[in-house]
Amino acid sequence: MAKLDLNGISKLYGEARAVDNVNLSIEEGEFVSLLGPSGCGKTTTLRMIAGFIRPSSGTITMQGRELSSASTSLPPERRDMSMIFQSYAIWPNMTVAQNVGFGLKLRKMSKSEIDRQVMDILRVTRMDHLAERYPAELSGGQQQRVALARAIVVKPGVLLLDEPLSNLDANLREEMRFEIRRLHDEFGITTVYVTHDQGEAMVASDRIAVMNAGRIEQIDSPFDLYNKPRSHFVAGFIGRTNLITGRRVNGHFEFDGFNLDAGGFDPDAAMRTGEVDFSVRPQLLRILPAGAATAGHSTVQAVVAERSYLGENWDYLVRPVGSERALRVSALPADRHEVGANVLLEFDTRQMVAL
Amino acid sequence: MTDNVSPIAARGDESPGLVRRLRNLEPSNLLWILLFGVLVVLVVGPIGFLLKVSFQEGGNGAFTFDNYIEAYGRWRYLQALINSCLLGACTAALSVVFAVPMAWAVSRTNMPAKWFAWASVLGAFILPPYLTSIGWILIAGPNSGWLNEGWRWVTGAEAPLFNIYSFFGMVLMIALNAFPFIFLFTKAGLDMISTEMEEAAAILGSPTWYTSLRITLPLVWPSILGGIIIVFLESIALFGVPAILGIPARINLVTTQLFQFFGYPFKMEVAAAYAMPLLLITVSLIYVQRLLLNRKGFVTQTGKGGERRELEIGRWKWALLAWCGFVGALAMYLPGYTMVVASFSEAWGKGLSFSNLTLANYYDILFVSRLTQEAIVNSFYFAGVAAFCALGLALCVAYIVTRGLVPFANVLAFLCMAPFVIPGIVLAIGFYAAYAPPPLSLYGTSAIIIVAFIARFLPISYGTAAAGMRSINPEMEEAVRVLGGGRLTAIRHVVAPLLKKTLFAGFLLVFIPATRELSAAIFLVGPNSRVMSVLIFDMTEEGRFEAVAAIGCIILVTTTFFVWLGFKLVGRDFMMRTNH
Repeated sequence: MAKLDLNGISKLYGEARAVDNVNLSIEEGEFVSLLGPSGCGKTTTLRMIAGFIRPSSGTITMQGRELSSASTSLPPERRDMSMIFQSYAIWPNMTVAQNVGFGLKLRKMSKSEIDRQVMDILRVTRMDHLAERYPAELSGGQQQRVALARAIVVKPGVLLLDEPLSNLDANLREEMRFEIRRLHDEFGITTVYVTHDQGEAMVASDRIAVMNAGRIEQIDSPFDLYNKPRSHFVAGFIGRTNLITGRRVNGHFEFDGFNLDAGGFDPDAAMRTGEVDFSVRPQLLRILPAGAATAGHSTVQAVVAERSYLGENWDYLVRPVGSERALRVSALPADRHEVGANVLLEFDTRQMVAL
Repeated sequence: MTDNVSPIAARGDESPGLVRRLRNLEPSNLLWILLFGVLVVLVVGPIGFLLKVSFQEGGNGAFTFDNYIEAYGRWRYLQALINSCLLGACTAALSVVFAVPMAWAVSRTNMPAKWFAWASVLGAFILPPYLTSIGWILIAGPNSGWLNEGWRWVTGAEAPLFNIYSFFGMVLMIALNAFPFIFLFTKAGLDMISTEMEEAAAILGSPTWYTSLRITLPLVWPSILGGIIIVFLESIALFGVPAILGIPARINLVTTQLFQFFGYPFKMEVAAAYAMPLLLITVSLIYVQRLLLNRKGFVTQTGKGGERRELEIGRWKWALLAWCGFVGALAMYLPGYTMVVASFSEAWGKGLSFSNLTLANYYDILFVSRLTQEAIVNSFYFAGVAAFCALGLALCVAYIVTRGLVPFANVLAFLCMAPFVIPGIVLAIGFYAAYAPPPLSLYGTSAIIIVAFIARFLPISYGTAAAGMRSINPEMEEAVRVLGGGRLTAIRHVVAPLLKKTLFAGFLLVFIPATRELSAAIFLVGPNSRVMSVLIFDMTEEGRFEAVAAIGCIILVTTTFFVWLGFKLVGRDFMMRTNH
């Protein structure tokens, strides 16, 4: 039996569908992210799981026990969950230790037991030296760790995180991604993580549910999500990509100004007829000097339209001859081509994903 | 966002009808009903009765228009209306003269000793207008005021230099008390304007004075106008100054006329009809003020508009500083000093001498006269209870409004803010009409005064409480609940500790004005429920200025103490915000 089940939940605000028929099943100990742009309904979904919002329809169950439905909703304090908020919500009137111990106090533990567990968790989150400080004396990253400690120390059935890293600076954010995953590996708490940052989701999650306009577009592991997107939205939202439309004509796909032999495509894609949309990642395109030998891959004549150097790689815009649209190509620093140069653009057709 | 989730609603209830509906009432809904009931008593009742009795015949309660015909049928009464509006306009104009240069100096120039300007403003706030008037009677009374005595002695003239018992005397007194409103509004506006606005003009060749007049001042004009409206409304609704200075000068004003309707012959119904213009003017002008200050696209309203640098104004800064001192002296130092001296004098007319020195005034007030002892105790007791209740009520409403606990919570917020557009004197007449006659017969009791004070100052409490609640991120409470604590646990351990400052501020902001409130008290006090302000008014009529000065000093000292306490506990912006 799954740990947490969302069965067709929707949330309406007047006419607007903030969440639209979301189905999601989360296993014990799993780390699932809800990923999407702002306004996609991911935070509303999380707050329905927490019990702060009642769904308009559908049910939420935990190990088969119903938590929420349109007619009833168990209040948040009785759900055996804990949550990390965007603002951290560290209570400024309590010390770090009091903040972390608050949930244990509510569980009527003895003073000595609370002290022991608080110090244990503060050691794990490397905050034990700041136990007696007040939150106003802490940095953003330290407050974040207090919030983590406070949420984990009660050993909740489900841990919910609502964009917890969005208020941190870039370096700290990177560090905390791994910290969150490390704590998950250590305690194995079932976790739902809401974010709009795909990097965060990719690092930490077992599975990612990509949401758009209130719906879940796709739920998959980070690897499959990137390499096998199933919709335009997912392909465009996870990483960068070129979306091109081809028409199947006889033995090849006819694109805007160039053709590619259908034989080199993934069999599933090659079977398709009529118009097919493809997602082509910039890394799957290669630029070769004009006249270079091609090792079996499909190539087309092209012109370098723009380029920018980003240090770790080149970012080219290359326009196939006869085409209106330039394609984005990511190349290694050594692959230098001048703007306006005639080149060959090589497609790795087997990895192009038909949407 | 927080939906109302309750385990009670979840239970499948079989019992039908009313029982079931009652059982499904959630605690927050019950609270809503309770608060609504209280607010009806406090706000809807008085205003409803005010309207009702204005259409009733005295005695039998039959429907009639006679009250309106009588109230507006005599030239003397219409003259009072005109006088009041004129008084309001002149006071507003004089307040602008006092306040705008001070606000500009403090906000935008390199004037030294800016705290000195603040001290003047604060002093004007601390001294209630009727005490300013008492002080000024001692300074510029036609016969015994030292200003006029000195003038006669120097020039040998017969006529006094300046008679405080005059229209201009009233204008000056009210302006000296009300100019801080314009100061605060103007300064808030000026603080929002980026120096870059002025520099953009300067780089095009505009001299400083031209920039200030053509760029800076027009930008804050809506703020100044907002302040002018407040001063105008304060002036027309004020009772103390017109009663103390206007009645002897035989200048009739709306508020003193209302008071006379409550004298003999007693015409409460006519008073209700006569109070309507005051109410309508206030409601509509407050509406206009909101429109002015909410106008979009004005730079003053877009928030902190970049950096501000102080303007170098050379030796003009000394002129501005002198102006601040002059206004402060007129508003606080002169009348305050005079009052202190008078309170230690046997007779003011005898002048400053050792033989004239006495503690008898204080001894009488504090240890001999039952009347003054009771009034002092009453003042603090009524103010304390009213401030406490108003704050409690405001906090409950603010909590369920900001957390969206029940539908229609905004109705409660509206009722809390409604007294803001009801002049104190009108509210008092409403309370009289609603609760003084049988069946409640509350006239002369402490209860009716306390309840009227609660209603009068509820908007201040609510403003403070709502601001405090808004400053607490709801996630603070959600964090408690998700860890297993209920709403009450969250309020006790998180909300209440975080609101501590708000609680202090909210209490003092009501307590301080309530200890000295006159307009709302004058119609409601009975023989056993008199307060200091009413006593001062009575004793002034009897001409006992030395004793009045002593009571005034007691008010002055206690107010100063509580204001100091406020600054100490709440911080620098105590009493100095413009959003009340």
